[in-house]
Amino acid sequence: MTKLAYLKESPSQTAGPYVHIGCTPNVIGNDGIYPQDLGAAMITGPAKGEQITFAGRIFDGTGTVLRDAMVEIWQADAQGIYNSPAETRGAADPNFTGFGRQAVDMESGAFTFETLKPGRVPFPDGRLQAPHINIWIVARGINLGLNTRAYFSDEETANADDPVLARIEHKHRIQTLIAQKERNTYTLDIYLQGERETVFFDI
Amino acid sequence: MTQHDGAYFPRDRNWHPKLLTPDYKTSVLRSPQKPLISFGNSLSETTGPVFGHNDLGELDSDLIQNYARSGESALGERIIVHGRVLDESGRPVPQVLIEVWQANAGGRYRHKKDGYLAPLDPNFGGCGRALSDDNGYYAFRTIKPGPYPWPNGVNDWRPAHIHFSLFGSGFAQRLITQMYFEGDPHIALCPIVNTIKDPQAIDMLTAKLDMNNTIPMNARAYRFDLVLRGRRSTLFENRLEGN
Ligand SMILES: [Fe+3]
Repeated sequence: MTKLAYLKESPSQTAGPYVHIGCTPNVIGNDGIYPQDLGAAMITGPAKGEQITFAGRIFDGTGTVLRDAMVEIWQADAQGIYNSPAETRGAADPNFTGFGRQAVDMESGAFTFETLKPGRVPFPDGRLQAPHINIWIVARGINLGLNTRAYFSDEETANADDPVLARIEHKHRIQTLIAQKERNTYTLDIYLQGERETVFFDI
Repeated sequence: MTQHDGAYFPRDRNWHPKLLTPDYKTSVLRSPQKPLISFGNSLSETTGPVFGHNDLGELDSDLIQNYARSGESALGERIIVHGRVLDESGRPVPQVLIEVWQANAGGRYRHKKDGYLAPLDPNFGGCGRALSDDNGYYAFRTIKPGPYPWPNGVNDWRPAHIHFSLFGSGFAQRLITQMYFEGDPHIALCPIVNTIKDPQAIDMLTAKLDMNNTIPMNARAYRFDLVLRGRRSTLFENRLEGN
């Protein structure tokens, strides 16, 4: 049998504890190289839609908060359009990048993104997904970046029909992906292990 | 024309390091224990942020100069790190934002949490970025980082390495990895390297000395190619939709 000539993906390695140097140099005072850290501002002008804060922390298997993680989020604009050349359905809001990157706070472990509530994006079969934020987490001790999603506690009807949430066999685990609304802040704490272990995806 | 814009090929999670790798101790409490949930890619995974030349500064890919005081430069073995970014189908991936970070020639990071006794180099920040061109080609100029000790076993040292972060065209291609240097005896000893089980996979992360691209009397070159996830063709998917 002839083997098809596919290459293998470069294997992942941990981002390590010093990810800030390369990805958010300004937050550790290594300024003067880049004017601004990538992904520091998601809203760049008068963007349409509801402005929200998306916040949370990440906990390890002992319940200790991670203070050296980096979190990236990627989401659609208020109309459900991604600001990406790979978007097929039209132009996204020019004042919203959809991409946020933060090193968690080195004392509290918190991330806090100033962003927009995303609109709904279709699944390949045409069904609409519930509004969600795509999340990627890297840190020391994480060998391959972790993918998860945040959904919204005030979108119960949409969440109930979401094709990705429907893939979760143990329904009580869906709760680990629902960011809880308080005024205009949605909070989602992420648990890497334990009883409340967050659902992570193989995308 | 065939459109290669379908779902990404699934990640081979036996090729990548497992999440739980007890010889790398920090992974023990930071690795999810439950199975990951799989689903077919939607636009949430196949789209992603893409960056352009306007996002980059002139010295971003030159770590010898981008933190140096006027008229000075970083100390160490001067090297060029260059290569191509391809996808799993062997196609070049253009416009990939590649971010790198590394220790200085003595193995010390410019980071407040790094307490290693090797001195900082006032002319070295340890951070750079570049964009791949239409052929997937990229290049950096830097100094060779030093190995450094780290608390894991009683006497673990990292091989010299450069951290790499890559943005492809879809968020599902997002990747962070590390580049090692051919011939470094610490590669075989390192618990982080050895989270990867397949020697061929470790070899993919090992840059090769490239004398042909070395600039005589100036800087040696190391060749480092990278591969991002490939994508299915959507030719048949489109036909099925009746287009
Ligand atoms: Fe390192």
